[in-house]
Amino acid sequence: MLRAARRAGGIALVASALWACGPGQSGGAGAAKDPIRVGHFASLTGDTATFGQSTDRGIRMAFEEVNAKGGVLGRPIELITEDDRSVTEEARSAAQKLIQRDEVVALLGEVASSRSLAAAPEAQRAGVPMISPASTNPRVTEVGDDIFRTCFIDPFQGAVMARFAFDDLKARRVAVLFDFKQDYSVGLAEFFRKTFQQLGGEIVADERYTSGDIEFRAQLTTIRGASPDAIFVPGYYTEVGLIAKQARELGLNVPLLGGDGWDSEKTIEIGGSAVEGDYFSTHYAADSDDPHVRDFVRRYQAKNGQVPDAMAALGYDAARILVDSMARAGKTEGPALRDAIAATKDFPGITGRITIDPQRNALKDAVVLKIDGGRFRYHRTVSAQ
Amino acid sequence: MRARTLAAVGASAFAFAILEWVLPRALNPYYLTILTRIGVAIVAAVSLQLVNGFTGQFSIGHAGFMAVGAYASAALSVYLGSEWLAALASVLPVPLARALYFPLPLLAGGALAGVAGLLVGIPTLRLRGDYLAIATLGFGEIIRIVILNVDAVGGARGFALTGQNGADLRYEDLGAIYAVVAISVAVIARLAYSSAGLAFRAVREDETAAAAIGVATTRVKVLAFVVSSFFAGVAGALFAHSEGYIHTNSFSFVRSFEIMVFVVLGGLGSITGAVIAATVLTAAPEGLRGFGEFRMILYALLLIAVMILRPQGLMGSRELSLGALRGWLRGRRAAA
Amino acid sequence: MENLLQQLVNGIAWGSIYALVALGYTMVYGVLRLINFAHGEVYMVGAMTGFYAAHAFGVADQPSALGLAATLVASMAACAVLGATIERVAYRPLRHAPRLAPLITAIGVSLLLQNAGQLVFGADPKFFPPLVASREAWRVGSLAVSNIQVTVLATALLLMAGLELVVMRTRVGRAMRAVAQDADAAALMGVPVDRIIQLTFVLGSALAGAAGILVGLSNPKIDPLMGLLPGLKAFVAAVLGGIGSIPGAMLGGLLLGIVETLVAGYLSSTYRDAIAFVVLIAILLYRPTGLFGSAQPEKV
Repeated sequence: MLRAARRAGGIALVASALWACGPGQSGGAGAAKDPIRVGHFASLTGDTATFGQSTDRGIRMAFEEVNAKGGVLGRPIELITEDDRSVTEEARSAAQKLIQRDEVVALLGEVASSRSLAAAPEAQRAGVPMISPASTNPRVTEVGDDIFRTCFIDPFQGAVMARFAFDDLKARRVAVLFDFKQDYSVGLAEFFRKTFQQLGGEIVADERYTSGDIEFRAQLTTIRGASPDAIFVPGYYTEVGLIAKQARELGLNVPLLGGDGWDSEKTIEIGGSAVEGDYFSTHYAADSDDPHVRDFVRRYQAKNGQVPDAMAALGYDAARILVDSMARAGKTEGPALRDAIAATKDFPGITGRITIDPQRNALKDAVVLKIDGGRFRYHRTVSAQ
Repeated sequence: MRARTLAAVGASAFAFAILEWVLPRALNPYYLTILTRIGVAIVAAVSLQLVNGFTGQFSIGHAGFMAVGAYASAALSVYLGSEWLAALASVLPVPLARALYFPLPLLAGGALAGVAGLLVGIPTLRLRGDYLAIATLGFGEIIRIVILNVDAVGGARGFALTGQNGADLRYEDLGAIYAVVAISVAVIARLAYSSAGLAFRAVREDETAAAAIGVATTRVKVLAFVVSSFFAGVAGALFAHSEGYIHTNSFSFVRSFEIMVFVVLGGLGSITGAVIAATVLTAAPEGLRGFGEFRMILYALLLIAVMILRPQGLMGSRELSLGALRGWLRGRRAAA
Repeated sequence: MENLLQQLVNGIAWGSIYALVALGYTMVYGVLRLINFAHGEVYMVGAMTGFYAAHAFGVADQPSALGLAATLVASMAACAVLGATIERVAYRPLRHAPRLAPLITAIGVSLLLQNAGQLVFGADPKFFPPLVASREAWRVGSLAVSNIQVTVLATALLLMAGLELVVMRTRVGRAMRAVAQDADAAALMGVPVDRIIQLTFVLGSALAGAAGILVGLSNPKIDPLMGLLPGLKAFVAAVLGGIGSIPGAMLGGLLLGIVETLVAGYLSSTYRDAIAFVVLIAILLYRPTGLFGSAQPEKV
């Protein structure tokens, strides 16, 4: 039986070795007109599908515009997008596939911090520069010197909303309801709590949920019992809409506050009247007066039939910064590209002037939007100082 | 006899050489990853076969034990392993140091998983049939949710195998991995076809009758369960160290179902069946890229079709052996 | 105290959904001694059908009682058909096979429906149209009961009462009870066993479909994988109440809903899912017949 088992193992081995030796993928050495392969791993499907889809559209539009003008260093950019289905370890697989199977020179992704954190070690290990357009948890760029982001980070974002609650809404007692499963939410909640308490406010309730949950009444009842002036819900749009509805049903009519995880049309679609009068911080306002923003919105709308949300704008900016870095470096991959990205200074992005700081994060302003009349409306800007 | 043993040893050495030195140079790392995953699937399937196929106890919480093994071994490596590895590497050449270190987290993972199997098995193996299945499913989920709440092993972020000093603790040495696979399969096969194995099969065939003739059924069931969980832990540890990053999502009941599909399709009671099913069903979806969505549908349809049309699966409870192959060929030639 | 009362209300509303799904499990187990793993997926199909039906009937934008009724009927009908089909194709051929075979097949059907659902409906979550405008139904101090919670509870109770009536007061119901007690004897007495089993599946599945609509109303996010965990929990509820007992399933569902809500409210919501499994194992070890069930010895 020992032998039989070994035989079977041997057969399985030979079979798979033969199969594996089949059509192998080997990257070709680049000729001058060879496309530059850039990978984007994103949540095109699953719970946070709008994030991935919007980001991809923004990136795609940026690369198409660049290619229309002749590409970078005389070569066109080829975008390869892998879906991670909003699942954390799929992000890692997707990044791996892009790096090893498709041999991309740079990676764009992801929006969700947990997913960026899962993929970043792969990029770092392979020496492939990775730019996250929207992950705000500080730990993402701490993974290594090949990992960058072109958005602000949560210590800043948490402070923005804490100050907004305290100064603008005059709230003194705030409840927090965060997503225990997402690093983004955990981190943002922590930074909010710290700043709010420093300002002299009180956190009267601290409840948690898990992304994918649909029933929040238990936690909301506990929160209601603490009589808060406002509730901070630093989660993703899928749950935020439901939370708002159930809160209103329970008679909780205080304003809800959130972060850029709210930035999706679905928040209003799901939340409906329940999210009216709520506020959240994000990266840009589509109804801004800035002519560049208006032009971008117009072009995006013409191409995609909808107003670009923050993820689309961030994707667009991240893609253009990558291209700009390649042009500055004179090279399309490796340490030279990495150093060029790190040296990005005052880049004119749709989401603001972008400078990459020594921690490989971007120094940028935040905007607070209000949900009013079924739309996101610009409320105010908070500068990066 | 001696010639056969020599041939077996020779074949194994040859296979090891190919895995260790030839394939890593010839293949894209993406394919090497797939080969590793096949190895993990084989150990997982064969260990489940011991409980489901040979002892007839339908457990569907196997991924929970893999999770215990994966996280225990990863924790060992991350918190203690880097020091031990550095110590070994200071006196030995690095590959040798790594090879000597590697069995430690595997054994730790397996041991802890075995203990988990004992704790889970003692209460649940009193149950029969459907109830046992659901109880094991429940335990698998409880284990997973408990691990999810332990921050020291990453919680919802997942756990990366980087040591305290930043060392990369992955172990992707294909030869060593398949050596572990071969040993695991051999041990389980040995057990299944020993006198203890007879007791397993007696319990499978008719538990009440077996008890009536003096088989210590509870002890037998628990033994099968513990050994099975041990090797599930080893599979989990292999997985953790080859992937370099683990997340509880990889150990959900979907994974338990997948392994169950390998075992059922291969034939409940056949080790070779489990090996073949695990190999084919792990390799095929990667090869058929773009068929990702259809993979699970295919598994499900196969499962239903097999249960209705050919419930004994591919191999039934027979094994593939050289003698059987020769006999089959002779039969074909005679018929021709 | 007010908090506790509110949590109880939340728990009962949530639990009545489990109860509706648990009824299907318990009925099928009663007649076939089979855990229909695919039952959770029937619930999912109910929610999805409701979504598409509401849009097809044009009632998705404006809440209306007629819209709700029409969607409910459509969904229950679709699930009834699905349940009957599953029974005919996957379980009937294995009626006399060893116990393990239908269990494995049931798991297969469950996997099939989940993944086919992802393909057909798309993997992204959908948002169930608000067929009932959500607002507070009434308030006693700070105890708020939303009209949706009232609707869910009322519909669930009505359907359960209807089922109890059918099973206890009609000939068909008597035939079902006979088959549950001893299928061979029932056949000898002239009961058309196959048809009765099919009817059992039809009724149970229709109830699951209704549960899908109700959850769509109160927790409007639906997706093809939504049935897996609630399905398992509803099974736990059925076991808690005593598998094979209809009042048991109702009570089990409500109890489980309350326990889950209390754990989420007072302990931590991260253990909300685990608690169902803990309850299951506790019940199986200490009182395997559940609250209302009766012992069934195994013979050689």
